Amino acid sequence: MVDKLTWRDMEVGNIVKEAGSASFRKTGDWRTERPILDKEKCIKCALCWIYCPDAAIKPSEDGYYEADLYYCKGCGICASICPVGAISMTEEEEK
Amino acid sequence: MSRRVALEASHAAAEAAKMADVDVISAYPITPQTHIPERLAEMVADGELSAAYIPVESEHSAMSACLGAAAVGARTFTATAGQGLELMHEVVYVASSMRYPVVMTVCNRALSAPLSVWGDHSDAMAVRDIGWIQVFCQNNQEAFDLTLWAFRVGEDPEVLLPVMVHLDGFTLSHVIEPVILPEQSEVDSFLPRFQYPFALNPDKPMTHGAFGPPEIYSETKLAQEVAFRNSKGIIVQGWKEFGDIFGRYYHPVEEYETENAETLLLTMGSFTETAKIVIDERRDKGEAIGLVSLRLWRPFPFEEFRQAVKGAKILIVFDRCISFGMGGPVFSEVRSALYDEEPRPRVVGIIGGLGGRDMSEEDFEYVINRGKEIAEKGSEKMIETVGIR
Amino acid sequence: METKAVRFGKKLVTTREFLAEGHNFCTGCGEALAIRLAMKALGENVVMAMATGCDEVCTTPLPYTSWRVPWLHTLFENTAAEISGVEAGLKILVKKGRMPERDIIFVAMGGDGATSDIGVQALSGAFERGHDFIYICLDNEAYMNTGIQRSSATPYGASTTTAPAGKFSIGQITRKKNMVAIAAAHGIPYVATACPSYRFDLMKKVKKGAELKGPAYVHILSPCPTGWRYSSNLTIEMGQLAVQTGIFPLYEIENGRYRLNADPPELKTVGEYLKLQGRYRHLTDEQIGSIQEMVNEDYAKLKEKVAAFPM
Repeated sequence: MVDKLTWRDMEVGNIVKEAGSASFRKTGDWRTERPILDKEKCIKCALCWIYCPDAAIKPSEDGYYEADLYYCKGCGICASICPVGAISMTEEEEK
Repeated sequence: MSRRVALEASHAAAEAAKMADVDVISAYPITPQTHIPERLAEMVADGELSAAYIPVESEHSAMSACLGAAAVGARTFTATAGQGLELMHEVVYVASSMRYPVVMTVCNRALSAPLSVWGDHSDAMAVRDIGWIQVFCQNNQEAFDLTLWAFRVGEDPEVLLPVMVHLDGFTLSHVIEPVILPEQSEVDSFLPRFQYPFALNPDKPMTHGAFGPPEIYSETKLAQEVAFRNSKGIIVQGWKEFGDIFGRYYHPVEEYETENAETLLLTMGSFTETAKIVIDERRDKGEAIGLVSLRLWRPFPFEEFRQAVKGAKILIVFDRCISFGMGGPVFSEVRSALYDEEPRPRVVGIIGGLGGRDMSEEDFEYVINRGKEIAEKGSEKMIETVGIR
Repeated sequence: METKAVRFGKKLVTTREFLAEGHNFCTGCGEALAIRLAMKALGENVVMAMATGCDEVCTTPLPYTSWRVPWLHTLFENTAAEISGVEAGLKILVKKGRMPERDIIFVAMGGDGATSDIGVQALSGAFERGHDFIYICLDNEAYMNTGIQRSSATPYGASTTTAPAGKFSIGQITRKKNMVAIAAAHGIPYVATACPSYRFDLMKKVKKGAELKGPAYVHILSPCPTGWRYSSNLTIEMGQLAVQTGIFPLYEIENGRYRLNADPPELKTVGEYLKLQGRYRHLTDEQIGSIQEMVNEDYAKLKEKVAAFPM
């Protein structure tokens, strides 16, 4: 996409006017493992939500906190810090 | 009522910044610029000028603070010289590529080593490529006028570029000359308020200073160069507006007694006035000689310059700087600018006036005579100089 | 309905993400987490200046940005000078009536290299001039973005690419520069250490430093899986161990008075922390013993200060 831009498309001073525009990037593609949540064990403490460096864990409708696989890089922090072991990491399948 | 006062060029520049109602001054003292930040500090301390005076701890920080201030839409001014300009070297590139309209006075000073606080153009010549609009002053009136004009042009929404006003260290910065100061109402009619369209503000969060991967960097540079070249229009318009209000008109290239001149001398900065005396004397004796001076240095005034030297057979360029291994920088650029012209004058270069060494009328007589000699017979010397033992 | 905040006991933490998802920080990056938490504490009324480094490079590849706040980056070593200009500029515009008065927090962020090496001059100048800003140092203990080169914040015995462990070297032969003490020596109103593993402590300190008048300095240890060479899932544990071993104590200095935020009755041995990281794998037990002594010494000195100048 970037290589379609010409010099005429450059903003004055190369300022980026749209806040957060990089969020289209699918960092989920980086993953080799993904988190799986066991809702039976989950106590909804939200530690996984607050400790995710990628803000990839989102509050869900039913009060749980679940990984947004579009962004989740599979670091495993959530699985590691979950106080009740409700999250486990599983290998991403080959596509 | 405009008034005529005796001012050093430093004080004239400070006066211009004050009348422009500058918002932020971020400067570090360095000889021979010191009278500028000192005078401005006085003005702020006495309430003559309402501005934030940031006494930064180095020139690199001086220009960096200017970037921050410009980014939020403040009218910003600073001044430096010699080593100070070198210390902020990486920052000045950023000012122009991020399109922040900072105005800076440079009291041209020789570069170390050896240490020299005295005047020459080596500091100016080291920043030819940075993308700032650059002008040279010949006298203290110009120091005032061009500083005021600089805000008008740099801040114009079609331009948004930083402007550097060069004036000779000591020869102008520390010498008192009569300067006509206009009425504040005249200044206000010339200089609109600064309205920076992309000011950093939580209401509209923008990102300034993203990095440029190879897929896009080249496009940003081409865009910058196009905008820079296009600033010429407003540069000239700014000078017209200035003349219409204040009565003094400036042009990219000054032509002095160039009518029917076969020989032309090219000088930059305050030595131009000394050279003009010699030109007058020689013309009185019947010599077809004149002088041109580049008031606008960047963007290079190709059109006006080529027009100004058309018809001359010899062009003698006097440089106040050695570009090591290459020769006089102005000489090199001027030769290059004339390469495709048909016909074109024979261009020769002589270097002098380094590190505060003065140029007398006799020295300019030598420059002209020797220049004509070289034009005719060529030169055996590695480098042509004047006044260097 | 979208949740606006997440409740932790009495605390409410906004779900707003001022650092947008999809950024380029490494998997498991402690710095990304530190920034994410700090920004939740700071809110949207900020103007932020950032140094060249992981924080800048992972978030702003033209023509896109991960920032949802006004953000400025120019160079590597001048962030404190640039925020000085931002602060002075906005304040004078308000004073001259060009802009309405409003509460804006001026934030500068930089890595350990940008802060304690190349940027220390500009930072010192900004502290001395007393600008109203908070400077947050994101300390991953080396020049990580360019490939793990040593900085003055790299701890003794750590291996980096420019101070590698080898036949004749232990790696870093100098001790970590104490930027916290340097900041405090300027007499600024607030200095603190923090770590993303202690999420509420970090957010509280950032908010405190941001809200008070004058300069504030918060030094955040940012565990780095890539540079410290540990498995990316252990970032939180790594920060906890740094604190629990006394290697990175959590404390505040407010107007010259000290408060130690966590003082475990018995510190864990440094080996428990060092042995988890590849950058220390060359260390012998004897060398680990030396490091233990250094840490004991530094911790004791800190406790002396806390006792001598309590809050």
